[in-house]
Amino acid sequence: MTEKLHAYVEKLRGEHGDWVTDVVEGHGEVTVVVPRESIVDACTFLKDTHGFDLLADLCGADRGPEEDPRFEVNYHLFSTKHYNRLRLKVLLSEDAPNVATVTQVWKTADWHERETFDLFGIIFDGHPDLRRILLPSDFDGHALRKDYPLRGYEPYSMN
Amino acid sequence: MDQSLESEMTLSMGPQHPSTHGVLRLDLRLDGELVIKAIPDIGYLHTGMEKLFEYKKYQQGIVITDRMDYLNPLGNNLAYVMAAEKLLDLDIPERAQVVRVLMCELQRIASHMVWLGTSALDLGAMSIFFFCFREREKILNLIEAASGGRMTPSYFRIGGLMMDLPAGFDRRCKQFSDDFPAALKTFETLATGNPIWQSRTQGVGVISAEDAIDWGLTGPCLRGSGVELDLRRHNPYTGYETYDFDIPTEPDGDVWARFRVRMRELYESHKIVRQALERLKPGPIKADAPKVVLPDRDDMRKHMDSLIHHFLIVAEGFNVPEGEVYMPIEASKGELGVYMKSNGGPKPERVHFRGPSFVNLSALPVMSEGEMIADVVAIIGSLDIVLGEIDR
Repeated sequence: MTEKLHAYVEKLRGEHGDWVTDVVEGHGEVTVVVPRESIVDACTFLKDTHGFDLLADLCGADRGPEEDPRFEVNYHLFSTKHYNRLRLKVLLSEDAPNVATVTQVWKTADWHERETFDLFGIIFDGHPDLRRILLPSDFDGHALRKDYPLRGYEPYSMN
Repeated sequence: MDQSLESEMTLSMGPQHPSTHGVLRLDLRLDGELVIKAIPDIGYLHTGMEKLFEYKKYQQGIVITDRMDYLNPLGNNLAYVMAAEKLLDLDIPERAQVVRVLMCELQRIASHMVWLGTSALDLGAMSIFFFCFREREKILNLIEAASGGRMTPSYFRIGGLMMDLPAGFDRRCKQFSDDFPAALKTFETLATGNPIWQSRTQGVGVISAEDAIDWGLTGPCLRGSGVELDLRRHNPYTGYETYDFDIPTEPDGDVWARFRVRMRELYESHKIVRQALERLKPGPIKADAPKVVLPDRDDMRKHMDSLIHHFLIVAEGFNVPEGEVYMPIEASKGELGVYMKSNGGPKPERVHFRGPSFVNLSALPVMSEGEMIADVVAIIGSLDIVLGEIDR
C-alpha cells in the first residue's frame, strides 16, 4: 500500500538529498519531514513532476510550549491523477515561527495559511494577504496554541 | 453595459443577508452592477471547536462534529470516528458499514435538498423550496427514528453505531426510496426545464478545471468543471468500492454545471440507498473492542467486566495510540478531511477539520469577478456553503 508513496519519497530524496530529513510511516500514510528552507522547492517538484496537483489541506499543530521545535505545519498533498496522498511536515521553533508560503504553488493555500497564522501565529513569508481570517483583527494571542486558555484571558467584547 | 463608469462603489453584502446562507459578509467592489472585486469575510460563527476537541475525550468530540456542517452531520460523524478508528486500528463489522453507507447517502440527499431549495429560493423560484423540504423532512424523520436526533444525530460512534436501527426502519426507508423518484421528477420539471432558471445559471460563475484544482475545489464543484474525482471511488472507505454508482461530471464549470452534477448525484445516492437496503443483514453493529466500545445495556446487568469497561470508558475514556492520521471522505459538499493527532492519552492532541465549504468559498472571488452583482447570489448558491463548517 505505501510502497508507491515511498517511491515518491525516494524521488524527492534523489532530486535533492537535503529535502528529506525524516520519513515516518503509520496507518497507511507516509509523512515526510522537510526542512523549512526547502518546502516550496519540494512542493513545486512534487506538483510539477509527480502530479500532486491538489493541496487537500494545510494545518498547523502545537506540540506545547516546552517542546522544541514547537510548531508543525502539515501539508496534505493529493493527486487528481493517481489519487495518492502524501503528507509533508515542517517543524518550526517558537523563536522563529516563519516558513515560506506555498500560495504560488497552489492558490488554495491562501486561506489555509491565513487560518494557521490566525490560530497558531505561524508567519508565512511572502503570503500576499496575511491577515486574521476567523478571529477579529484586534484579537490578542493565537487561540489554538497550547498555552492559550480554553476560555481566553478575559471575556471578549465586540466593542 | 460594457461602458465603464470609472467610479468604484463598495457594497457590504451580509452578514445578515438571506442568500449568504448563514453569516457570511462579502465586500463587493462594484463598477455599476459589475463586480470588480469580491472579498469574503468569514468568522462570524467561529466558536473554537478545534480548540474544544483538545479538551474533550475522543467519544465526546462526536457531538461537536454535528454542529459543523449542520446539513450533513452524519458525514462529519463518519469522518471523525473513522479518523479515530484508523488510529485505533479497529475493524468495523459488516452491518455497521452498510448502515453507515445507508445513512450517509440519505444524509447526502437531505443536504442536496436544502441546497436545491435554498439556491432556487435565492433566484426567486419559491415553490421548489417547499417540495425539497418535504423530501428532506422524510429523511430527517428516518434519521430521528435511528438516532433520536434530527439535526444532531451523533449516530456513528468510535467502533460502530450508537445502537441498531429500530424495528421497521428498512420498511420506512424503502417507502421513502420508492417515493423519491417521483419527487426527483418534480424537481426536474420545476428547475431543469425552467427557461428562467437556465438563463440565470448558464454561463455564470465559470471556473476552469485547472483553476478549480488549483483552488482546491472538491466534490460537486470540481465535478462541475469536468474533473472526475469522487473519493467514494478513488479513495474508498466503508466499502463504497463494492457499490455500483456513477460519478456525474459536467464540462462547463458554470452554475448550471454544478446544478446538474448535484441533480444527477441525487439519482446516484438513491441507487446506493437501494443497494444498501438490500445488503442490510442482521449482525453485530459494534467492533469487538471492549475497552473502546460501550457494552450493551443488557450485558452490563449480567457481566461484571462489561460494567467495569463501561465505567472506565465513561469516566476516564480510552487511550488512543500515538500517531497522526488524515481521514478524507466524500461529504455532500466535497472532501471532508479530518486530521487527528494523538499523543497516547484519552484526549486528542489536535483535531483539524478540512471543511469542503471553507475551501470552496475561497474560490468565490475567482468565479464572481467580472459578473453582475445579481449573479453573485447564484454563484454562492451553487457553491453550497455551510458557514458552521467554514468558521468552526
